[in-house]
Amino acid sequence: MTIDFHHRQFAHCESGVTANLLNHYGFNCSEALAFGIGSGLFFAYAPFVRLNFLPLTTFRTAPGSIFKKTTKRLGIKVRQQRFSNPGAAERKLDLLLAEGCPVGAQTGVFWLPYFPPAYRFHFNGHNLVVTGKEGDDYLISDPIFEQPVRCSGDDLRKARFARGALAPKGRIYYIESMPAHIELSQAIVAGIKDVCRVMLSTPVPVAGVRGIRFLSRRLVGWPTRLGEKRTLQHLGHIVRMQEEIGTGGGGFRFIYAAFLQEAAAVVGNDELLPLSARCTAIGDAWREFALLASRACKGRAELQPSITDLAQRLEQSAAAEESLFRDLQQVINRSAKKGAVR
Amino acid sequence: MKKEQVPQHGGMTAGCREINYAVDEEGRYSLELSVGWEAKNATLRLAWEAIVEQLHLVIVEIRAGQKSPLAYHMVKNQMDVPLLAQYSGFARWRVKRHLKPQVFNRLNSRALVVYADLFRISIAELQEVPDQPDLRIEDMDTSGASL
Repeated sequence: MTIDFHHRQFAHCESGVTANLLNHYGFNCSEALAFGIGSGLFFAYAPFVRLNFLPLTTFRTAPGSIFKKTTKRLGIKVRQQRFSNPGAAERKLDLLLAEGCPVGAQTGVFWLPYFPPAYRFHFNGHNLVVTGKEGDDYLISDPIFEQPVRCSGDDLRKARFARGALAPKGRIYYIESMPAHIELSQAIVAGIKDVCRVMLSTPVPVAGVRGIRFLSRRLVGWPTRLGEKRTLQHLGHIVRMQEEIGTGGGGFRFIYAAFLQEAAAVVGNDELLPLSARCTAIGDAWREFALLASRACKGRAELQPSITDLAQRLEQSAAAEESLFRDLQQVINRSAKKGAVR
Repeated sequence: MKKEQVPQHGGMTAGCREINYAVDEEGRYSLELSVGWEAKNATLRLAWEAIVEQLHLVIVEIRAGQKSPLAYHMVKNQMDVPLLAQYSGFARWRVKRHLKPQVFNRLNSRALVVYADLFRISIAELQEVPDQPDLRIEDMDTSGASL
């Protein structure tokens, strides 16, 4: 059985999956729109969570939240399910496919055979859409790949039941029904408000703008605390989280800038356009950070001065993001008020 | 990032292209394909070099009789004891014991099969360790350029 599913390649897995699923059900949605409505933008440096034995730095919200929030804000009815038994997980998947329902699934990337070998790490926050089954092979629309791919039942089972941090536990999700009418503007406003809130006023000091500053402070101390080799590994890990888990570049800041641009047209508020340009500049600064960090990793410069420089850049990024999200919050609150008067 | 700045530095992606978001002269966003970026290639390489180095160390320990071949396959699959325990279903303390050569050598075939299946190798391969790590970064890096 094969579902006629239009595969589109995107930068990021979960926002791509969300956009492609919505598209399948007749709501033409870009990745940026799904990412923005689902308020995927985030920052956290959580050294107590380890990924490949290195502290977690994330530029996006937890796996699953983009799909959940986007569909909720658009009024779409969805189902999600986790399993303790791989056999039951597979039967449910096959059942849904037989009904013609494309199924989103959270997986680890380590066991997926179609990934380039260099990308196979124990990272469990990956998302894909299963669109059919031929013999023992599943047909998969993985939005970070150019073409649809195939994966054996055994490999997919291992990927769905990957272990370790963020274990997916066979999690699947799918759209049950679409609403008669979609309130797009409202959903966009809700998404923006949410991002501003988490970036500016999280209660925990490891997240949002405070998280960037926290990382900056910790970074300075790495060479003395960890030694050169571990410092470089930690630094390289940040760059990989920022650029390699399908972020579209600049730790998702570019996708978000693209979203603000699209949002300006939908909401009819041109004040969002200069904010989008500022978000692009912030993404550029993150990319510069990644480039310099990777050069430090190659050992072309002396370590402590480049670490100090990188920490300062983080401070600047934190300041730029703080002011961006404050202004964004104001613009959105003002336009929401205007809308209420009208 | 401007359209013309989208990096095209092939390397660790094995020919896979991915989407970058970039703006044109008027600042409008579009999705552009990239074959890779120097910064990503360098940091990805660094991560793999750390794994290969660990493999070298573990081979020495195994040859010295301090660890069992299981240790090699664990590192090669980027696992530690807690993760291997979760995947194999053995308790942590048992996995730790299996890392000792004298315990590993007496393991029954049932336990060996669990590990071999997990790592997708034969039992013979599980019991044996190459002199040099059989994981080469050169095979992943298609750029051919040494960094």
